[in-house]
Amino acid sequence: MSHHVVGIKVYIAIFLSLMVLTGLTVWVAFINWGFMNDVVAMSIAVLKMTLVVLFFMHLKYQARLLWLIAGAGVIWLMIMFALTLSDYRSREWIESAFTRPVPWVASEEAATYQAEQMKAQESEDAGAHH
Amino acid sequence: MTMNTVATDNPVPAGSEKHYLTNGHTLSSWLFTVDHKRIGILYLISLVVFFLLGGAAAVLFRLDLMTPAGDLLRSETYNKLFTMHGIVMIFFFLIPSIPAVLGNFLLPIMLGTRDVAFPKLNLLSWYVFMAGGLLALFAIVFGGVDSGWTFYTPYSTMYANSNVILAVCGAFIAGFSSIMTALNFVVTIHKMRAPGLTWFRLPLFVWAMYATSLVVLLGTPVVAITLVMIFVERLLHFGIFDPALGGDPVLFQHLFWFYSHPAVYIMILPSMGVVSELISAFSRRRIYGYKFVAYSSLAIAVIGFFVWGHHMFVSSQSVYAGLIFSFLTFFVAVPTAIKILNWTMTLYKGSVSLQAPMLYAFGFLGLFTIGGMTGLFLSTMATDIHLHDTYFVVAHFHYVMVGGGVMGFLGGLHFWWPKMTGRMYPEGWAIFAAIVIFVGFNLTFFPQFQLGYHGMPRRYHEYASQFQILHVMSTAGASILGFGYLIMTGYLIWSLKFGKVAGSNPWGARGLEWETTSPPPTENFLVTPVVKHEAYAYDVPSETSDVQEPRPEQHNV
Ligand SMILES: [Cu+2]
Repeated sequence: MSHHVVGIKVYIAIFLSLMVLTGLTVWVAFINWGFMNDVVAMSIAVLKMTLVVLFFMHLKYQARLLWLIAGAGVIWLMIMFALTLSDYRSREWIESAFTRPVPWVASEEAATYQAEQMKAQESEDAGAHH
Repeated sequence: MTMNTVATDNPVPAGSEKHYLTNGHTLSSWLFTVDHKRIGILYLISLVVFFLLGGAAAVLFRLDLMTPAGDLLRSETYNKLFTMHGIVMIFFFLIPSIPAVLGNFLLPIMLGTRDVAFPKLNLLSWYVFMAGGLLALFAIVFGGVDSGWTFYTPYSTMYANSNVILAVCGAFIAGFSSIMTALNFVVTIHKMRAPGLTWFRLPLFVWAMYATSLVVLLGTPVVAITLVMIFVERLLHFGIFDPALGGDPVLFQHLFWFYSHPAVYIMILPSMGVVSELISAFSRRRIYGYKFVAYSSLAIAVIGFFVWGHHMFVSSQSVYAGLIFSFLTFFVAVPTAIKILNWTMTLYKGSVSLQAPMLYAFGFLGLFTIGGMTGLFLSTMATDIHLHDTYFVVAHFHYVMVGGGVMGFLGGLHFWWPKMTGRMYPEGWAIFAAIVIFVGFNLTFFPQFQLGYHGMPRRYHEYASQFQILHVMSTAGASILGFGYLIMTGYLIWSLKFGKVAGSNPWGARGLEWETTSPPPTENFLVTPVVKHEAYAYDVPSETSDVQEPRPEQHNV
């Protein structure tokens, strides 16, 4: 194992960049960019994490095997996000299946239920715009 | 495996005074030891205590379930007891069992090295484990935790009494102990193998430890942070899982099962490793399809991370996600079936001897297969809607974790007992206890499949009277099972003093651990072994074997 000595200047520079990036996160939180807010916040967070891992945790100076191990951690995190989101992103598909007019449902009861559902959905959508 | 250095030049006779057990007799020589073998023994003693406590809780609530009204216990006590049983057995017995006891003891010996890569970290892992375990036990016994071992939100964050937070802390702390052990194993396996010990000469037990360690390293941090989130929501009222604060309770289930499904493989992969050793040793044959068995451990470790949503089919998880999880879950059956096939093929034309460890291996094969196959019922969405949270699930996971995990642990404990203690256990008693345990186990849990199929929900204190007969059978079985464990504990302790003195290699097995004395010296080997064969070279004569045996060649027509 190589014991690379990291200078105090590097630590201070990284610390200051992390502080600046934290400030940036707070600042952009007050700007409304719609869905881009999440993208920007997450990008800054990933950048900060990368700095910490590379410099504070010394990964930059380590053997490739440790890069592999750290990379495996990131891939596993992605597995967790991807499959968890497969739930969250597809939940509304069921709701839309309920609210979409279904021509082959003939009974009056079902038609009334659907109308109620659509009305509720509309008022909810209207509410969301405020 | 054989050593090219002639061990007989420098013999240490069996039962001689200098070995790891006689290297210091004071309490501090144990509490401050960095010898992996002694740390393994420390873990063994602690885990036996946890196992007896968890088992006692189970016996109590099983007695209570003899009558539909649950006359023995109050409902609150019943809830606390099944929670205690779950938390203690899973976090403080099953997860550490084989890696921390047998793995710690055997891994460096199997690798032909003196100790694990980080001996002090190894000792620290035991202290951390004990701290977590005692904290959780304190919360359970003096406070009373009734959330079930899964700590589901919003109950755990909003309604349960605050002792649940202490128990959560205990599980969180114990997680670090698993991480330390896993880290030690991965580094040791990569860096400290004896000369000549290539990856494909490693015992399959070592492959299993390697796969298990990867699961621990990749999964445990997730459950740790999830438990911290419970803490943060409960104490600081951050909205993570509570809908009133903008959270989602199902998110807890995602994060929890992301670890806790793979945790099933943390419990079962080591057992599979033990069973590979047992089946090879007691059928006197090279394991059939070595590479398939080795790689299937890694495959199970990886696929195990893609299937957690099968615990959530009847939560508000999207059915589309459910479809994906259900489909992926079926894939785990493939590497598992590969293992079962290879073990069976190893037995074929082997000279099989039915000693106690082998009986446990056979118990594993049968019971784990039932556990695995009933898992397919539960991973099919439509049948799971009917069976979810019933006794069918309880029976299923006990067949996997007790029928699989505990059988492997007990088989391994008997197999390596002479190596660990220098004494043989009494074979007749051991066979008797193995049969009692097998019968008791099946009588306890087989009726539960039926209970669940007929709609008896799990975790209920009172039930409809039509279920009573099956519950009584189950309780009778649990008593027999508990009796079996007590017999075993009794004769194992007896054997420490009165057991026949064991030679280096009482089974005539070929693994490297049988080439050193029983019990091994503190350094494990007096000269560094050089390995020339894989761990299953039964066609090569052993220099240490105490067993007069027919040569296996006569079977290879
Ligand atoms: Cu699972």
